[in-house]
Amino acid sequence: MSNREVMEYDVVIVGGGPSGLSTAIKLKQLKSDLNVCLLEKASEVGAHILSGNVFETRALDELIPNWKELNSPIKTKVSKERFLFLGKTKSLSWPTWLLPKVQQNHKNYIISLANLCRWLAEQAETLGVEIFPGFPASEILYNVDGSVKGIVTQDMGLDKEGNKKDSFESGMELHAKVTVFAEGCRGHLGKQLIKKFELSKGKNPQQYGIGFKEIWEVNEKNHEEGLVMHTAGWPLDNKTYGGSFVYHAENKQIFLGYVIGLDYQNPYLSPFDEFQRFKTHPAIKKIIQGGKRISYGARALIEGGLQSLPKMFMPGALLVGCDAGTLNMPKIKGSHTAMKSGMIAAETIVEHIEQQKDLSIYAEKFKQSWVYDELHTARNVKPSFSWGLILGIIFTGIDQILFRGKLPFTLKHKHADHETLKAAKDMPKIEYPKPDNVITFDKTSSVYLTGTNHTDNQPVHLKLSDPDLPINFTLDKFDEPAQRYCPVGVYEIQTENNIKKFVINSQNCIHCKTCDIKEPSQNINWVTPEGGGGPKYGNM
Amino acid sequence: MKILVAVKRVIDYNVQVRVKEDGTGVVTDNVKMSTNPPDDNAIEEAVKIKESGKAKEVVAITVGEEKAQETVRKALAVGADRGIHVKTESTIEPLAVSKILQKIIEKEKPDLVFMGKQAIDDDCNQTGQMLAALLNWPQATFASKIIIKEKTLEVTREVDEGLETIETNIPSIVTCDLRLNEPRYASLPNIMKAKKKPLEQINVSELGIDTKPRIEQIKVVEPPKRKAGIKVASVEELVQKLKNEAKVI
Repeated sequence: MSNREVMEYDVVIVGGGPSGLSTAIKLKQLKSDLNVCLLEKASEVGAHILSGNVFETRALDELIPNWKELNSPIKTKVSKERFLFLGKTKSLSWPTWLLPKVQQNHKNYIISLANLCRWLAEQAETLGVEIFPGFPASEILYNVDGSVKGIVTQDMGLDKEGNKKDSFESGMELHAKVTVFAEGCRGHLGKQLIKKFELSKGKNPQQYGIGFKEIWEVNEKNHEEGLVMHTAGWPLDNKTYGGSFVYHAENKQIFLGYVIGLDYQNPYLSPFDEFQRFKTHPAIKKIIQGGKRISYGARALIEGGLQSLPKMFMPGALLVGCDAGTLNMPKIKGSHTAMKSGMIAAETIVEHIEQQKDLSIYAEKFKQSWVYDELHTARNVKPSFSWGLILGIIFTGIDQILFRGKLPFTLKHKHADHETLKAAKDMPKIEYPKPDNVITFDKTSSVYLTGTNHTDNQPVHLKLSDPDLPINFTLDKFDEPAQRYCPVGVYEIQTENNIKKFVINSQNCIHCKTCDIKEPSQNINWVTPEGGGGPKYGNM
Repeated sequence: MKILVAVKRVIDYNVQVRVKEDGTGVVTDNVKMSTNPPDDNAIEEAVKIKESGKAKEVVAITVGEEKAQETVRKALAVGADRGIHVKTESTIEPLAVSKILQKIIEKEKPDLVFMGKQAIDDDCNQTGQMLAALLNWPQATFASKIIIKEKTLEVTREVDEGLETIETNIPSIVTCDLRLNEPRYASLPNIMKAKKKPLEQINVSELGIDTKPRIEQIKVVEPPKRKAGIKVASVEELVQKLKNEAKVI
């Protein structure tokens, strides 16, 4: 079928985020003679990583106990916490002692997850893990018995029509005893595996959010290193799930972000513009005024928790981290659980290889771990917000403070996020204020800060199952929400000679996966572009 | 024939470069670094010449900090045979690079030395020229086409007026333009193989040359912000504004 080169490894890991890197490190710690290969689609490890991030060190303490001595980029301890309810112009500070325990951060650190991943990659390479950035895994290979055999890396040097250019380089087959999928939220191979092996059978539909992040360099007087602040409320209405984070990191930088549940109903809602508008609130504006925005990015995240967590093993392969969905939503943290899931995966793989144990032991090990306890305790928070912000908060107070997550029932997620949009004609239009280019910005100047680029002449990596659907159906029914949910304006409706056209500016794609999740007919399929493309995030 | 190709590690061309707040330079921490783009063209050309049978060996060299060797590894992955990394943690100006290359060339005795026409970080466009002067070799700069002849090189140069074709003797220095060729991808199998190719590390102090900076950098500032443009209704208005307001015609 092909003349692709083949390489055999003991373990191939797809994705260089916290879960994949932790899997790799733990594997080499347990059995140093394993051949472990890790692929990363970004041009370097860290360049596609975006996260808040207030980091709980629990998993890292177990993985690399002496991380403090190894010049790790974990420096800024949380010194102070604030929680604000925002009204349109007012804000109400919620006493931190009244916050559920999961939202208390005094033992945690403000970090850049991208930098942590760069550091973890160094640790992994020191242990002998072979890391190849710039090589997306584009396809899954199966053995005749149906088990996962490995992956193929993306071909390079195809033109727009898919023809081979002079520079064409065929993808390479990587075969492994066990392949670990660690692509992060809505991984495009993970999605295929979940479907093929029916891993989410009997589970609730997965829930997602879109998270934005900007880094600001601010005036010294507005900066309080170690301060962690979260907000809920304005500009979102009571029905829309979301909130902000404002982290005072080192070097006078503020990590400013906003997360909106992708189960929102109004097709006119623009997550990007909600985030921009949020910054105009007096309580936020006063922090960043006089400062400078130096980074921007966005990424979808998992919010479904335990009810939506698919089975994480299948013949020949494991899912780790948010490729499955291990994020703890009420804690607003997923890095430590992702890392731990990877470490458990590594233990599983070593027992599988050394003692021929079935990969299904992963499920038992996972259930016995603290990740499971955390997710079990957290499970009812997110679904309770489907009743609205106010009831959600009241319920969460009862569930998390009084009962510590031990209520004897489990709430359900009823709908997948692509099913929640209501028809445009039934929903109010939302007028967003124009950007002032000081505090608020447009998508064009924002994508510029991400350093995103894809080689010009290559196939479009955002595939439409039905190319006519956006104009023939989605535009009329939902006013084509892709124009708004995409955080960098990849999708546009253009009118030429009175004919409407759906335009995909795929070179701007920052790999957030929101379109793949939210498109109401699931008409957009995100696949891997040529390696090294996408954003070039620094300390995101 | 042996070709030595000099490559430099610079901030990736897609990254939005940011000036440090204190004006001492640009931010390089946690910024994606890559090979200087025209250096990729230089390597590609050398590898092509080797593949055509006209050269026996391609050696890639870089000067810089520990991580600069990634640039050499990439050159090895696209076809260079071996690498040299001259290690230094301090600022190295084009003159110092030229002196370092001169030392290496005296030892390696290549027939041709290729490099990018300039680096996209400091845009100096000096190293090739200075090196030619130090070695007293001919130079062909801004090459967009290179033809190897018996004992000479025919080089087409990108000049302001168009294209200029010159012939130089071998050995010579050639600095490469982006139009010279389309660099190939480093394929995964070749990156794997490149890990096993020899890469020699030399400390700059071992070369016994003076690499002290000659230039004192006073301040780095961002370019002034451009004012927003305006739309004019007609050609007449445009001409009138250029004449009376902008006073450029």
